[in-house]
Amino acid sequence: MSILVYVENIEGDFKKSAFEVVSYAKAIADQTGDSLTAISIGQVADENLSKLGNYGASKVLNVQNEQLKNFVNKAYGSILAEAAKSEQAKVVVLSNSFSGKGLAPRIATKLNAALADGAIELPEISGDTFKLKKSAFSSKAFATEELTTAVKVIAVNPNSYEVKETGGSATIESFTPSLNQDDFSVIVKEIVRATDKISLPEAEIVVSAGRGLKGPENWGIIEELAEVLGAATACSKPVSDADWRPHSEHVGQTGIVVSPNLYIAIGISGAIQHLAGVSSSKTIVVINKDPEAPFFKVADYGIVGDAFEVVPKLTEALKKFKNS
Amino acid sequence: MFKTLIIMKILVCISNVPDTTSKITFTDNNTAFNSNGIQYIINPYDEIALAKAVELAEGGNASVTVINVGDQSTEPTIRKALAVGADEAVRINAAPRDAWFVANQIANYVKENPVDLILTGRESIDYNGTQVTAIVAELLNLPSVSIAKKLTINNNEATIEREIEGGKEVVSTSLPVVVGTAEGVAEPKIPNMRGIMSARTKPLNVIEPIDVTVLSKITGYESPTPRGAVTLVDAGNVDELVNLLHSKAKVI
Ligand SMILES: Cc1cc2nc3c(=O)[nH]c(=O)nc-3n(C[C@H](O)[C@H](O)[C@H](O)COP(=O)(O)OP(=O)(O)OC[C@H]3O[C@@H](n4cnc5c(N)ncnc54)[C@H](O)[C@@H]3O)c2cc1C
Ligand SMILES: Nc1ncnc2c1ncn2[C@@H]1O[C@H](COP(=O)(O)O)[C@@H](O)[C@H]1O
Repeated sequence: MSILVYVENIEGDFKKSAFEVVSYAKAIADQTGDSLTAISIGQVADENLSKLGNYGASKVLNVQNEQLKNFVNKAYGSILAEAAKSEQAKVVVLSNSFSGKGLAPRIATKLNAALADGAIELPEISGDTFKLKKSAFSSKAFATEELTTAVKVIAVNPNSYEVKETGGSATIESFTPSLNQDDFSVIVKEIVRATDKISLPEAEIVVSAGRGLKGPENWGIIEELAEVLGAATACSKPVSDADWRPHSEHVGQTGIVVSPNLYIAIGISGAIQHLAGVSSSKTIVVINKDPEAPFFKVADYGIVGDAFEVVPKLTEALKKFKNS
Repeated sequence: MFKTLIIMKILVCISNVPDTTSKITFTDNNTAFNSNGIQYIINPYDEIALAKAVELAEGGNASVTVINVGDQSTEPTIRKALAVGADEAVRINAAPRDAWFVANQIANYVKENPVDLILTGRESIDYNGTQVTAIVAELLNLPSVSIAKKLTINNNEATIEREIEGGKEVVSTSLPVVVGTAEGVAEPKIPNMRGIMSARTKPLNVIEPIDVTVLSKITGYESPTPRGAVTLVDAGNVDELVNLLHSKAKVI
């Protein structure tokens, strides 16, 4: 028996969330006494694949095929289910990324497996039963889910499990799945990725701003602060609704849910729907000119003041700190 | 004027969820959601799916059916969807145990009543699974796109923009397809008086559920632990904030 972990690559590279899921799967394998097999689909160089050994994979299955260069959830689902069977996997772990969300339910369905989506902790394992904590009600609560099927699928939220290096190494094997042409009816036409931008769900620091910024022309100070911190930028819903910022930056109950180490909210009132998307951030800093803004009630640190004065000063202070 | 003869059948899956301002609490020793005093609404993402379907049906060459898996208490929400412009509604008469159960009910309905396009929201704001979309597709052996930001239909072809980390991807596929809609696909529509009046007489068919194996269950809930009181820093002293973030919070 084994634990199988699917590692997603972005243009041939593994990002932090890939190492997170390998570390997470390794911790499960250690508990159940199974070996850990990683599987990669796409064009990834051997030198990158072998890195997975350092996070606990003892074997890496490499699926390289021109037709599989782009992610198609139906095709990838078939391959991962096939690999899970041939590896006799009792758990399949993957990232709850945008692609992972379209993929995990397919794998689970094919394997008659229970699916835990958005896991934020390791499972509590007793025999064949896994208990898992996940966020529910748009981060307003946690639910504990009990999985009792023979095979289980776990989609782990980005940024919720720490990467752990084991110093191990992995053997790389090529894996040739049987391809079903019916699985390729979705054709990828175009991929646009702003490579200079940090991806919001994975960012460790997020600088976010709201209607208090008054207009899109004022976002320079937000971007400068984000830049010194190496942070991703985000915004409240009215800001993206007004097209001051792209929809992909909107966080909250109806936007992206983030759980960075540091979330800095500038000129955002802290409406319940906004908080739903950010409340699992480890540290929250609020900058708002209104001392009564509800956001202060859920913040760790706050500055009552005008964003247009405070933010540039904070950026300067951080520059000084980074250079010291 | 020619009217195209192709009638596209669209199925919109709607979930009945607590209003976004709801305080979430639990009863029965934290094993059940406390629905006391909760206002229910159409899941906000499903409103987007519904608005898109109604848009596609304008001009008369598509029909829109909404489907909900729920007990009788969800009927006001279903009527709202009819008021927004759906032609008819189906309710599968069962409490929605989980995404696996819901998706099986929907897939079973579609097997008996084939459609050209199935729209869901990207996720339900109560259980946030983003599961139903892809499970329905898998059960019906159909293609799917789970988090769509744009959707256009041309003849028999769907072009969909989906969100990916740090960017977007444009894909195309022929119908039928299952699409989970997020913001950007359409603006939610508010029903007008005529819509509300006509909704009362539109068909709402109630269908009994099929049996579905239990794969998992929720055994308990927890509320997040509240944060301690905020530490306020003077606006003139940002260095202190930098210091706290570095030495106390250890995040920079
Ligand atoms: C169904 C539904 C879903 C929703 N989903 C989301 C969601 O996912 N995400 C989301 O964000 N919202 C969501 N909302 C909207 C939410 O209710 C709030 O309206 C929204 O979050 C407010 O955005 P804001 O804080 O930017 O603006 P406002 O509430 O207008 O707050 C602006 C803040 O800026 C402060 N300010 C003004 N000038 C300055 C200055 N010079 N310096 C410093 N501070 C200043 C003000 O004191 C105020 O607190 C949703 C609403 C509904 C009904
Ligand atoms: N009880 C339900 N009845 C009908 N459709 C549902 C139900 N629950 C969820 N859905 C649909 O599935 C989508 C995704 O839900 P989920 O997988 O729970 O996040 C929702 O946006 C709805 O479109």
